[in-house]
Amino acid sequence: MDNLELQKVANEVRKGIVASVHSAKAGHPGGSLSAADIFTYLYFEEMNIDPANPDMEERDRFVLSKGHTAPGLYAALAHKGFFPVEDLITLRKLGSYLQGHPCMQHTPGVDMSSGSLGQGVSAAVGMALAGKMDEKDFRVYTLLGDGEIQEGQVWEAAMFAGHKNLDNLVVIVDNNGLQIDGDIAEVCSPYPIDKKFEAFNFHVINIDGHDFDAMRAAFLEARQTKGMPTAIIAKTIKGKGVSFMENQASWHGVAPNDEQFAQAMSELEKAGEALCQK
Amino acid sequence: MSEVKKAATREGYGKALVELGAQYPNLVVLDADLAAATKTSMFQQAYPDRHIDCGIAESNMVGIAAGLATAGKIPFVSSFAMFAAGRAFEQVRNSVGYPRLNVKIGASHAGITVGEDGASHQCNEDIALMRAIPDMVVVCPSDALEAAEATKAAVAYDGPMYLRFGRSPVPIINDRPDYKFELGKGVVLKEGGDLTIVATGICVESALSAAEQLKADGINAKVINIHTIKPLDEDLIIAAAKETGRVVTVEEHSVIGGLGSAVCDVLSEKAPTRVLKIGINDVFGESGSAQILVEKYGLDGKGVYARIKEFLN
Repeated sequence: MDNLELQKVANEVRKGIVASVHSAKAGHPGGSLSAADIFTYLYFEEMNIDPANPDMEERDRFVLSKGHTAPGLYAALAHKGFFPVEDLITLRKLGSYLQGHPCMQHTPGVDMSSGSLGQGVSAAVGMALAGKMDEKDFRVYTLLGDGEIQEGQVWEAAMFAGHKNLDNLVVIVDNNGLQIDGDIAEVCSPYPIDKKFEAFNFHVINIDGHDFDAMRAAFLEARQTKGMPTAIIAKTIKGKGVSFMENQASWHGVAPNDEQFAQAMSELEKAGEALCQK
Repeated sequence: MSEVKKAATREGYGKALVELGAQYPNLVVLDADLAAATKTSMFQQAYPDRHIDCGIAESNMVGIAAGLATAGKIPFVSSFAMFAAGRAFEQVRNSVGYPRLNVKIGASHAGITVGEDGASHQCNEDIALMRAIPDMVVVCPSDALEAAEATKAAVAYDGPMYLRFGRSPVPIINDRPDYKFELGKGVVLKEGGDLTIVATGICVESALSAAEQLKADGINAKVINIHTIKPLDEDLIIAAAKETGRVVTVEEHSVIGGLGSAVCDVLSEKAPTRVLKIGINDVFGESGSAQILVEKYGLDGKGVYARIKEFLN
């Protein structure tokens, strides 16, 4: 898929995020939007997956360690064809298979339940280890928040992955710079993120997390890296694509009201139209 | 009197894993720098490629096991009960219990019989913690033979399971030809109509000893071994309570949330009965030999007998 096509899909994923969180009247738009381009690249370009056969043994795996951004994952899965796009607005509603945080038993395409920060990355490491033990070719991807890496378990997992030379594992950090209480650098700084992963024996690549060329190059470099896992530190904008949500920590975990929803959708519609005229 | 054969329940676990390793190529064992202590070092020697030492990082170890289980492995996670159920509680709940993954938690060094290491390592709360997780099976074997059988049953069962083992050698009480381990089924070891003693783990032997002493006083106690605390053999306990009218529970665990609480939960609703809960009375342990601690905290046959006599008066 070329960059323009990816941009179009990412815009649809953003619409899905805004619509589902608005419908649920709760959820996490900020970090879902910052990672929308990453979700899109993974599901539409990078990963070997089959929506018709979500449990395919040889598939690549994805673990959303920052599980609260489930709306982004669900929107990508729906647009990829794992389930109907119309179902996105059942997010967080009683009886929906789209739980507030990812639940592997309920949702096609979700490879691991997650949501309690720091835990998903360990499961991803376990999947990568299983692949190595069985000499399988599948790759494992996991997306972490930059606030999430304040959790100590992330570094237990990183130490193990580096130690075991898990070159089939890619850890992506969504570095949008904001957590619930504010700027990550002010709350409890995880910087320098790249040097930390380097110290844990990762191959580290810094990219702009909204640049598909940069993603293409980084994920290719990760595939070519042997003997060590790769960490991609993706600099992103929290709330990306909705003007009034961008770079606002306050949009971490609240839903837009009807008026805000209308404005957000109108911005995204316009962005989509502009892409179609390219 | 012939010498009583003794072995720690963790020994039964370690030996069974080696046997099972041959049968199940997808069985893997994880440790957090305690393979010698948890007795999984035997498996490590037999199947080095299927033994994963995660270093001193129990939370990550449980998460790795979850990931392995999603890819079809049958992981046994081994550590001390304090760390497996305590430190990694939330990982067990959210990464194993909630997605209902096929991970077995083999927790050794449970209870006060850890001995000299003292209260920091004596986990008397693990049954309460694990029992509270939906769908978690909780098993606490009474001797090394039962520990081995429970480990075999764990592999045959598809789903999360917590297995509780002890550090100190305890008498072998299940060495009989008709012995059979059935998950979720209590075992009546002695019939009696005056009261029922329900025990788990190494306290089953104390219950048998107390029953012998009671017999000399003309009191006939029924003794039930509950190796599976969850799901609990409710029918057996209700029937015994109705038959004998009085119930005593004995466990090497806090009286809060363990076997005693599980039995009371059932009886208060379905067959109200007076229950005496014998266990660790909401206190931390301390350093000392396992033998001395068991006596001090009243979990040996003599201590259990004395408490029951008080209860009956």
